[in-house]
Amino acid sequence: MTGQGRIVPGGARDIAWRQQIGTVTSCWAALAAVAVIVALMLLPAYASRGLIQDLIFVLVMLTLAQLWNLIAGWGGLISVGQQAFVGLGAYGLFAATVLAGLDPLSAILLSGLLTALVAALVGPLLFRLEGPYFAIGSWVIAESFRLLCAQFKPLGGGTGMSLPNAVVADMAGLSFVQQLLALRPAAARDVMVYWLILLVMVIVTAAIYLFVRSRYGLAVVAARDAHGAARSVGIRTERIRYTLWIAVGFATGVVGAIAYLQKARISPDAAFSVVDWTAYVLFIVIIGGVRTLEGPIVGVLVFWALLYYLAQFGSLYLLTLGVLAIGTMLFAPKGLWGTVAARFGWQLFPLRRLLLRR
Amino acid sequence: MAWLDTVVQGILLGGVYTLFALGLSLIFGIMRLVNLAHGDLIVLAAFLVFLVMASFGVPLAVATLLTIALMFALGFVLQRAVLERVLGDDIMPPLLVTFGLSVVIQNGLLLGFGADSRRLQAGAFETLSVDVAPGLSIGLAPLSALIIAIGVIALLQMVFYRTSLGRAFRATSDDTQTAQLMGIDHRNIYAIAVGISLAVSVIAAVAFGMRANFDPSTGPARLLYAFEAVIIGGLGSLWGTLVGGMVLGVAQTIGARIDPEWQILAGHLAFLLMLFLRPRGLFPARQP
Amino acid sequence: MTALLSVTRLDAFYGAFQALFGIDFELRAGESVAVIGANGAGKSTFLKALAGLVRSRPDAIRFEGEDVGDRSAPQMLRLGVALVPEGRRLFPSLTVEENLLVGAYSGLRPQPWTLPRIYELFPVLRERRNSPSTILSGGQQQMVAIGRALMSNPRLLLCDELSLGLAPIIVEDIYRVLPQIKAGGTSLIIVEQNIARAMRHVDRFYCLQEGRVTLTGKPGSVGQNEIHRAYFGA
Repeated sequence: MTGQGRIVPGGARDIAWRQQIGTVTSCWAALAAVAVIVALMLLPAYASRGLIQDLIFVLVMLTLAQLWNLIAGWGGLISVGQQAFVGLGAYGLFAATVLAGLDPLSAILLSGLLTALVAALVGPLLFRLEGPYFAIGSWVIAESFRLLCAQFKPLGGGTGMSLPNAVVADMAGLSFVQQLLALRPAAARDVMVYWLILLVMVIVTAAIYLFVRSRYGLAVVAARDAHGAARSVGIRTERIRYTLWIAVGFATGVVGAIAYLQKARISPDAAFSVVDWTAYVLFIVIIGGVRTLEGPIVGVLVFWALLYYLAQFGSLYLLTLGVLAIGTMLFAPKGLWGTVAARFGWQLFPLRRLLLRR
Repeated sequence: MAWLDTVVQGILLGGVYTLFALGLSLIFGIMRLVNLAHGDLIVLAAFLVFLVMASFGVPLAVATLLTIALMFALGFVLQRAVLERVLGDDIMPPLLVTFGLSVVIQNGLLLGFGADSRRLQAGAFETLSVDVAPGLSIGLAPLSALIIAIGVIALLQMVFYRTSLGRAFRATSDDTQTAQLMGIDHRNIYAIAVGISLAVSVIAAVAFGMRANFDPSTGPARLLYAFEAVIIGGLGSLWGTLVGGMVLGVAQTIGARIDPEWQILAGHLAFLLMLFLRPRGLFPARQP
Repeated sequence: MTALLSVTRLDAFYGAFQALFGIDFELRAGESVAVIGANGAGKSTFLKALAGLVRSRPDAIRFEGEDVGDRSAPQMLRLGVALVPEGRRLFPSLTVEENLLVGAYSGLRPQPWTLPRIYELFPVLRERRNSPSTILSGGQQQMVAIGRALMSNPRLLLCDELSLGLAPIIVEDIYRVLPQIKAGGTSLIIVEQNIARAMRHVDRFYCLQEGRVTLTGKPGSVGQNEIHRAYFGA
């Protein structure tokens, strides 16, 4: 907040205040963001299939990172079990398409809703655990679902299954894309998934931004930082937290469904993998910068670069990520973006509020 | 009789789970730190014992003692060099750092030892058993694990309640600042606590490594069992953790009896049920 | 006689907030000195700075000839400075006897204060030795807090608001033991809000107001009005 408060005769009502949230940098950043998104939308016309598939992976990880950042960074619910929702979203997709014959796009939505329902049921149970124990509890939930799905024979049990061609062959909109870009069905499907995850990423990022900017966002941070004080000013901490948990569960499920639509092959160990869906996500957020919207973007780019150069080294790659994450938490806890932004006062997604005289 | 055997085996298994849980419980009680790398440290201990045995050709017991000393020192250094920097009011940094540590340890072990599973060789001791009744035989190795678990709890209780160090632990856990006024440097206290936790984890590792295979990826499961035993038993009570471990063990063996693939899930379900019915566990200690 | 403790231009901060401004203070071995002042004057902060809970310039505090301004609390305890904190701050997980024993954790000087001698000083504690410290009355808790600090056999005992929340008759019981503590070779600094009580038990006093020394002298040598002015600043 800029400016000194003064107690003036007549009080605050004699002074007109306004909030300013944008800055010059952020306006340019907003324009740049629109340009980037448009470019990404048009990419399938020029890019190779390989690049599209890579970008799907990057966008999936970015969206998951933003969601984890929201629930853990801002919401204070540090979960290491979000892979539960990814896996449930994936299995929901397979169940809805393979068992119930739904079109994949509707299946994705349904899957998200089912995941949200699970989040709603599991939430109250998990919230009985405090802080760090909540984290492990969320992991137990994820493991329980992994084991349950491994027992579910109709979807392949422990070994899993592939998505039958029939399911995706006449996906809604597929033929349109095929003709539009002169692609074969498989490549067209990738493009559709790509546009879908791009859309979801944009929506999720915009939603998070609006939420954090809103008074609900402030409420959630207050609830995290000073629970008792927040409640004493009437903030319904439990209700906000619960709603956030369900919303993030829904979105995570949707992302999981989309990811596995593209992979077209599911297994419990993969869909509920703590490494793929939590470790990588955590590292992206930590290295990029917790509690910032720009952080996961920076983090996923670093992650992608490291993946490109080190993936061939398997364990060494994960080891490096782990060491980087630990090092970041120890020496630069704000992450790459956070540290740089704090130094220069940058903010691409303006969140600070300035109280100015009108 | 078969069901009695199942329950007895579950109780014995509980001894191992209790040993897993003690280190976790200790650190949380004194420092309010939950170490997500706890399970991986147990696996690390198992690999270290294995390595010591293979490199120096010593029997299991000697290797265990050597590894205990080694892991105590490692715990001390880990706390002073790494964990100390992130302890504070914010729970995120220690969670994320220990999670990172978990990944580092798992992959370090993979690089060092490969993905093959191992077993700790204790010779004939592994298979010795006592036939208590028709259809009910008690393995000496599992039984000794339970007895050792009880022994370790008794030892820890004695340290906590009858020694100067124990008073320092409790005082530091109550009020770090006032403990400083007593001349207690909480940094060293925490380091000793982590050292003890890791030393206990070595015992847990040996108890577990004798009866089951372990490989670099088995860490997280140990963490989950340890955690479940603590929550079922009740936070803040070591004897409670013993009961929690046994409840978990019995739940798992009953599950395994119904279908071997249900063993672990049965444990998770028992935990979730306990969380639903009695969130504070069976014997929660008074929370100040 | 050289000073046991000499404080020169002591500043103390809580983060960016300055609580003490250039405090000068001196105490000779065997003396008891009172620090009086209103709420928020900085009395507790002063004691915390002496005890090592609040760090300052190394040469701002000299104890037994050494610069100790930047030493930590455990280090100060080892040097012989013990604090009885405001509000007692007993350890809830420890019994009465364990609270006393933990005071001797550093295991330094064993004399003159031992567990039996503390029980002689405060006989009521012996009956309650195995009770949790939390169920004791306020006055008894204060006795435990003092005994706990004495168990480290300090050269200098700092007492922060001994009378806080206690009935006057209980407070008198507690203040009654101060001469015995002095006789054991321990110098005393007593922080008090109650001016009259403080003046009855000390050799000298300092008055603080908003983090500064406004008055110092011997009890009785300074008039009421002057003290009030120094205390309230009006």
